[in-house]
Amino acid sequence: MTLLALDRLSVTRAGRPVLEGATLTIGAGEVVGLIGPNGAGKTTLLRAALGLIPAKGHASLAALPPARRARAAAFLPQQRDIAWPMPVAAVVALGRVAHAGSAGPADRAAVERALAAMGLADLAARPATELSGGEQARVLIARVLAQEAPLILADEPVAGLDPAQQIATMQVFAAHAAAGGAVLASLHDLGLAARHCTRLVMMQAGRIVADGPPAAVLTGAHLARVFGIRAQLSEGPDGPLFQTLGLL
Amino acid sequence: MRPALLFPLLGLTVALLFAGSLLTGPAAIGLGDSLAALFRGEGEAVVLVMREIRLPRALLGLMVGAALGASGAAMQGLLRNPLAEPGLIGTSAAAALGAVIALQTGLAAAFPPALPLLALAGAVVSVLAILGLAGPRGGSLTLILAGIAISALAAAFTALVLSLSPNPFAASEIVFWMMGSLADRSMLHVWIALPAMLAGALLLAGTGRGLDALTLGEDAAATLGLPVARLRLAVVLGVAALVGAATAVAGAVGFVGLVVPHLLRRAVGARPARLVPAAALGGAAVVLAADIAVRLIAPDRDLKLGVLTALVGAPFFLHLILKSRGERP
Amino acid sequence: MVRAGILALLIGTAGFLLWQGPAAPDGVPAALPAERAETPPVPARVVSMNLCTDQLALLLAAPGQLVSVSHLAADPRASALAGAAAALPANRGLAEQIFLMRPDLVLAGSFSNPATVDLLRRLGVRVESFAPETGMEDIRAAIARMGALLGRQAEAAAMLARFDADLARLAAGAPARRPRAALYDANGWTSGDASLAGQILRLAGFDNVAEAAGLHRGGTLPLERLVMADPDLVVSAARRPAASRAEEVLDHPALAALAPGRHVTTGADWVCGTPFVLRAAADLAARRPALGLGG
Repeated sequence: MTLLALDRLSVTRAGRPVLEGATLTIGAGEVVGLIGPNGAGKTTLLRAALGLIPAKGHASLAALPPARRARAAAFLPQQRDIAWPMPVAAVVALGRVAHAGSAGPADRAAVERALAAMGLADLAARPATELSGGEQARVLIARVLAQEAPLILADEPVAGLDPAQQIATMQVFAAHAAAGGAVLASLHDLGLAARHCTRLVMMQAGRIVADGPPAAVLTGAHLARVFGIRAQLSEGPDGPLFQTLGLL
Repeated sequence: MRPALLFPLLGLTVALLFAGSLLTGPAAIGLGDSLAALFRGEGEAVVLVMREIRLPRALLGLMVGAALGASGAAMQGLLRNPLAEPGLIGTSAAAALGAVIALQTGLAAAFPPALPLLALAGAVVSVLAILGLAGPRGGSLTLILAGIAISALAAAFTALVLSLSPNPFAASEIVFWMMGSLADRSMLHVWIALPAMLAGALLLAGTGRGLDALTLGEDAAATLGLPVARLRLAVVLGVAALVGAATAVAGAVGFVGLVVPHLLRRAVGARPARLVPAAALGGAAVVLAADIAVRLIAPDRDLKLGVLTALVGAPFFLHLILKSRGERP
Repeated sequence: MVRAGILALLIGTAGFLLWQGPAAPDGVPAALPAERAETPPVPARVVSMNLCTDQLALLLAAPGQLVSVSHLAADPRASALAGAAAALPANRGLAEQIFLMRPDLVLAGSFSNPATVDLLRRLGVRVESFAPETGMEDIRAAIARMGALLGRQAEAAAMLARFDADLARLAAGAPARRPRAALYDANGWTSGDASLAGQILRLAGFDNVAEAAGLHRGGTLPLERLVMADPDLVVSAARRPAASRAEEVLDHPALAALAPGRHVTTGADWVCGTPFVLRAAADLAARRPALGLGG
């Protein structure tokens, strides 16, 4: 089942193209890593796909009315914004705003599940703004999970998390995909991307330059051209190993 | 404190202060006589005092306080900044300018609703200017600087209009418009303010879910299915209607919208949707208390309401600035 | 205004005739030679910069002697001689403007801008200052002093004689049971007996509720205390143009309900300590029967 379809999506800002002709389809069961150097257009692609910024071309989510879009896709912005000292459980429960009613037993259950998935059950009553940066990031991921939309779009979800939490988060995404959903997450950690994504989309200067399984995308030629680095991707005993070697 | 307990407690406080306001005044009238006059209409002069002087004053204290408290909470929710306050960001000053223009051009005399409407228009312009200057994210520094600029400009125009008035008393009334007072207001003022305030309250009533979601930022709120642009418009118009109506009849009473939400935020779990009604009750309590205090401190003088609220509010403001400086480098 | 103008014309004409005629037609002695030696010569160019000195000077000065009055003197809401004042150049009480009029006497109020008065004196201009009059004796003294300053003692004496006669007539017409009135103005300001308005009220046959409230000199009377005092009549200044919050209290429904139909406004006659205060008192006294407050 297709959860996201982008067709020649383009965005210009101040007369300069920042996203050009992005075409992409994501189906159920996929964990897609969106990789590329700073300024490649990853955030722009995610926001344009959701219809948060005006864009030319077609995006299946942007075409939906806001209420239906909120039940089709959840978005984790890069900016970790929690403006008020709300209890963690209340922040996570904001994900249920997308659903009519939003305070029933089903909603409470969804919040419980999301808190448990991100290991936040013990912090549920703490004011979210008093937590550490990493804990706040997990609270916001839990909010996205609580929205229970099939597709999750996440802008650098693991930035600032410790290694264990990075892995745990990627495993939560994998479980979400296994349950029939899909994830499109922008990532800077190529090792994490190689190990935990079923597919990678590589961007450079507003364009998608490669799209496929990690081994097909993280080639020496692509890494050299897009990131300007040397690296090695090898098959280890429990999955692919990615090692950066140096600058070109 | 649990919200289940908070709201009845706030309601009770407001009810007690409302009664206290009715029983406070320079004319020495006994409790029994006051109540007999108010409810049964006994005693000619006492009835006039209770029904025509003290009742409108207490009602306006309630209404103005509720409007300012709710507006402060809603503006803070919209701008995601605890320093956003109608008085500090120039909304009250701009509303006062609108009211002064309505009065000095004679528009308000010919068409009474012009008074709150022009005050509302002034408030709308100032809120839009703040949104334009400080941006939707509302960083503290730009917010306060933009607020100072708008306040100064509106105050200067108010002073200009009043100074050019052919009425010898007008020029000395800059203080009233900047500090606010409920002295000698009548039921007329209640009726002038009420429709705009009800409209403002209705507009804000529908924004709770959206303000809650805005806690996570505009993008997150939008992807939660909320019409952010419509939400912003509703808050702007709602706040403008409330502050405009309050300022048109009572002048600019500052700091209520700053102090009250700050005091109540924790008690409502920091949720803007609950904070707005709680701050309305809290604001009503604060203004009623302040208005009782000005009558007890200086019974024969029109001590300005804003003097008291500023004496309490300004140190709070400094405290919040220090706190926000620590949080947002 | 028309009435005030006609009156001013009449008075001016009378003054002119008196000036042409013998100095002391009714036997009042002209200034004694000894006094004349002490007082400066009669000024030829007099500028008044205060509303009240404007009116006294307009009443007493010889034609051409008064060269300018304050701009307020031409305002019929404040000045009983607005018509006569309008015929003269107006000044706004600024030293430069007044100095260029080359006055040999400037008449000021004691609340005139002290900086202006000091500057004029430093420039060698003679400035005479009049304190606000708060009673009939003050007014008599001011008339006599103005007469002396302008070298118009005879006119002043005649005016005083008329003043005393009018005063006696008013006192004789006072009612046995005096109704109670309140002077109530912008910002809830009330005036007691120790004020010009309070004296006018008293001459018109009213007792002042401000006295009962302990406000002998005047002060702020909260609206609810006024309502509780329950006066028979409320006297307020006429509304000034344009809106002010200060005057809104005069429109308060409680005030309207307090003495329905018994709310009168004062005019220019009430503002300054001139013989016009007696006309104000007589006018108010004449309205007592119509207001149902005794003959």
